[in-house]
Amino acid sequence: MSQMNNPALVFELSRPGRTAVDLPANDVPSPELSAVLPAECLRSAAPELPQISEVDAVRHYTMLSRRNFGVDNGFYPLGSCTMKYNPKINEDAARLPGFANIHPLQPGETVQGALQLMYELQNYLAEIAGMDAFTLQPAAGAHGELTGLKLIRAYHEHRGDYKRTKVIVPDSAHGTNPATATVCGLEMVEIKSNADGNVDLEALRAAVGPDTAALMLTNPSTLGLFESQIVEIAQIVHEAGGLLYYDGANANAILGKTRPGDMGFDVVHFNLHKTFSTPHGGGGPGSGPVGVKAKLAEFLPVPVIEFDGTRYKLSYDRPKSIGRMHSFYGNFSVLVRAYTYIRIMGPDGLRQVAEDAVLNANYVMRSLQDVYELPYDRHCKHECVFAGLKNPNGVKTVDVAKRLLDYGYHPPTIYFPLIVHEAMMIEPTETESKETLDAFIAVMRKIAQEAIENPDLVTGAPHVTPVRRLDEVTAARKPIVRYQRA
Amino acid sequence: MSGRQYLPNTPEDRQAMLAALGLASVEELFSDIPEAVRFNRDLNLPAGLSEWEAMRELRTRAGRNLTVDEAACFLGAGYYDHYVPSVVRHLASRAEFVTAYTQYQPEISQGALQALWEYQSMICELTGLDVANASLYDGGTALAEAMNMCCGITNRKKVLVSVGVNPFYRRILATYAHDLGFEIMDIPTVNGITDYAAAEKMLDKQTAGVIVQSPNFFGCIEQPEPLVAATHAVGALFVMSVNPIALALLKSPGELGADIAVGEGQPLGLGLNFGGPGLGFMAVREKFMRRMPGRIVGQTVDKEGRRGFVLTLQAREQHIRREKAYSNICSNEALCALTAAIYLAVVGKQGLVDVARLCLDKAHYAAGKISAIEGYELAFPAPFFHEFVIKTPRPVAEINQALLAHKIIGGFDLGQVDGRLANHMLLAVTEKRTREEIDALAAVLEGQK
Repeated sequence: MSQMNNPALVFELSRPGRTAVDLPANDVPSPELSAVLPAECLRSAAPELPQISEVDAVRHYTMLSRRNFGVDNGFYPLGSCTMKYNPKINEDAARLPGFANIHPLQPGETVQGALQLMYELQNYLAEIAGMDAFTLQPAAGAHGELTGLKLIRAYHEHRGDYKRTKVIVPDSAHGTNPATATVCGLEMVEIKSNADGNVDLEALRAAVGPDTAALMLTNPSTLGLFESQIVEIAQIVHEAGGLLYYDGANANAILGKTRPGDMGFDVVHFNLHKTFSTPHGGGGPGSGPVGVKAKLAEFLPVPVIEFDGTRYKLSYDRPKSIGRMHSFYGNFSVLVRAYTYIRIMGPDGLRQVAEDAVLNANYVMRSLQDVYELPYDRHCKHECVFAGLKNPNGVKTVDVAKRLLDYGYHPPTIYFPLIVHEAMMIEPTETESKETLDAFIAVMRKIAQEAIENPDLVTGAPHVTPVRRLDEVTAARKPIVRYQRA
Repeated sequence: MSGRQYLPNTPEDRQAMLAALGLASVEELFSDIPEAVRFNRDLNLPAGLSEWEAMRELRTRAGRNLTVDEAACFLGAGYYDHYVPSVVRHLASRAEFVTAYTQYQPEISQGALQALWEYQSMICELTGLDVANASLYDGGTALAEAMNMCCGITNRKKVLVSVGVNPFYRRILATYAHDLGFEIMDIPTVNGITDYAAAEKMLDKQTAGVIVQSPNFFGCIEQPEPLVAATHAVGALFVMSVNPIALALLKSPGELGADIAVGEGQPLGLGLNFGGPGLGFMAVREKFMRRMPGRIVGQTVDKEGRRGFVLTLQAREQHIRREKAYSNICSNEALCALTAAIYLAVVGKQGLVDVARLCLDKAHYAAGKISAIEGYELAFPAPFFHEFVIKTPRPVAEINQALLAHKIIGGFDLGQVDGRLANHMLLAVTEKRTREEIDALAAVLEGQK
């Protein structure tokens, strides 16, 4: 147990002469290093990596894994992240040697199955999104956003329209939206949400103009609310000559119920690690494929996968392409997992995903609204947002989150969206049962009661985690970001 | 209905929840979607399959690919067929790591945080630099982030990029640079090595950064010290794109004076996976730490004084700074970074040197063997690590066809990326290639004149 409570660093386990690797004997001549490489190319000393045996490695990383919490450990209602269960079969599929052990630059005829899978996945995503063409290159959602805005810029520029330098983003948007606008060389214009949590149409009308490149919108929004004026919004932006970008972070709510393409969006990204069940990996690898309407297809990054009815091929012959967004073709093994999920779910399964995700979120919302402050009293979609405790008694949202750790739950997303005071964003996902939700609801209600009866218990939480609240201020002021040998 | 194994609620559960909400049908929860945009048919997708049926479909597709288990792979060009010790995959597959997300709640994420902090430490060791982040998407996009850093830090827009840098990466640089108004100028190569003298002439007070790769795309080891000094003399930053296995032997970017090192971490236990996921690693000098993109894990203590780890310096990042952030990156390649850390811990200090030595020796054996064949010669005289260019007597595509018939995946056809390099093949030889496989490669080439 001492290792669990006070774990060593892997460097502290190191003993000279130990190793956990067994390499084959060298079967070719091995001349003196100096005979092969000039001395001025060589480093002065080998990198100081740990020296541990295989069992040391196994115990170290197994111990670390026990100090980590994933969806397989328990309920993980982290809003906007769609922490649904990650099917095990996806992992088996990704590890098939025919997918795992192929080099990205092999001749086309030796990778027809991989190209076929990617081509089919593009078509599935296009159908789900209501778009005409897809690229699978982006490695994450924000990478998809950057790809999408680049496509939009290319579209305007090829029409000779260089004035469109502004991206309109609602104040409820993920931080990646404004950040992406900046790294795409565009200027962000923020517009306020109205009292219903929707885009304020008057504010939008005032914001659009001949300088509008695009509106970026998450629908359902980060408030978990469907933007019911979407048709009007699309009309306003399009009439001003701008394009609509759909941030697919919350697409779990709409599978088979509505499609971004039908809503009027011109460009969309999906997060395969959210909506399509691929594991989040502690912060990646994800995948953020981007779909476009036909008028933008010629700008997609190269290579593009083509199919002539017999053979699949990677094509670089796209003179108007924005270029390249990935060293190769995207996070292929993540694509295999998402493909597997879509094949297993089929159209009816995917629609049921959206319905159950939305039902679960509404059930949680309505079961907690008498003890947590509900800022928008309307049906939510896949997630619900509260504005802290109704009767806080000095207990903040962060305290509720930390107390949830004591009860074995991953807390909701907190303090986001920024427009909700003491925000607490709960996304149960469809893979959780009614009993799991009931148990979570009971604990959330219990914490609300504790806040009234014994607030110190909550503000002092967590009490039973491997470490207690950590000093983040000192960590940022005096950063210790690497191991220093004594 | 398909997918029931992932959808635990029964019709009765749904009914009970709807009753609690006072609703008759789940459709009422979607009533805020305007009629005009509701989707009222089934998605046109293949019907859902059982797990077993789905795996059969997947096996069919996987079966159409030729794997490096079936054919000896001499392809590299940025992605390498290294051996991944069994224990690496087992440990990196622990569900507590795989099914978690970003470590927003450090009290229940100490495992990943510590492993990523150890990863950062190992990347600092390899690169000889002060601070590493917890990963970027891949080698190419990491280089683009480095370019953005150079321009952001210097407030200049001109970047010099060696033609020895991976051409796929250079295309990414151009794609990223386009919308930011950066000017990329190519530094030519001479005999496969960056033309340092030409580069020095291109340097001026508008130069934000200089980017060189070593070993470069042609496999040649760069020795850029004078150019580093000249770069610093005009107030620009020096960026190196490096191979992590080669760093076991080669002078580190830190020793060479570079400010930023980036690279593709795929050789560190990730396998090939048709090119993704990779692992973009980045390390910088301490003074640039607060301008670095991506997550950074820091060490701290909890309120009882126990050592612990947190995501730190978050004021750089998009979720705090929004449009003022230095990068838009959010999800990165955390599990790949963790895998790389496990790989580096498993092979260890001596093991990494041994792997690098095997690559070096086998590549030099192969180069000697092939360049002895009439009609084939080494294209460049510079020292190389595990990859080299061979001038061939026939088009590379034809030779590769002949090799495939012998279950050998030949080298990269450089003519595909540079018209002047038709009949030039880039061959990579890792520790996995046996003498027998190298001899077989040479024997087939012998017949291709």
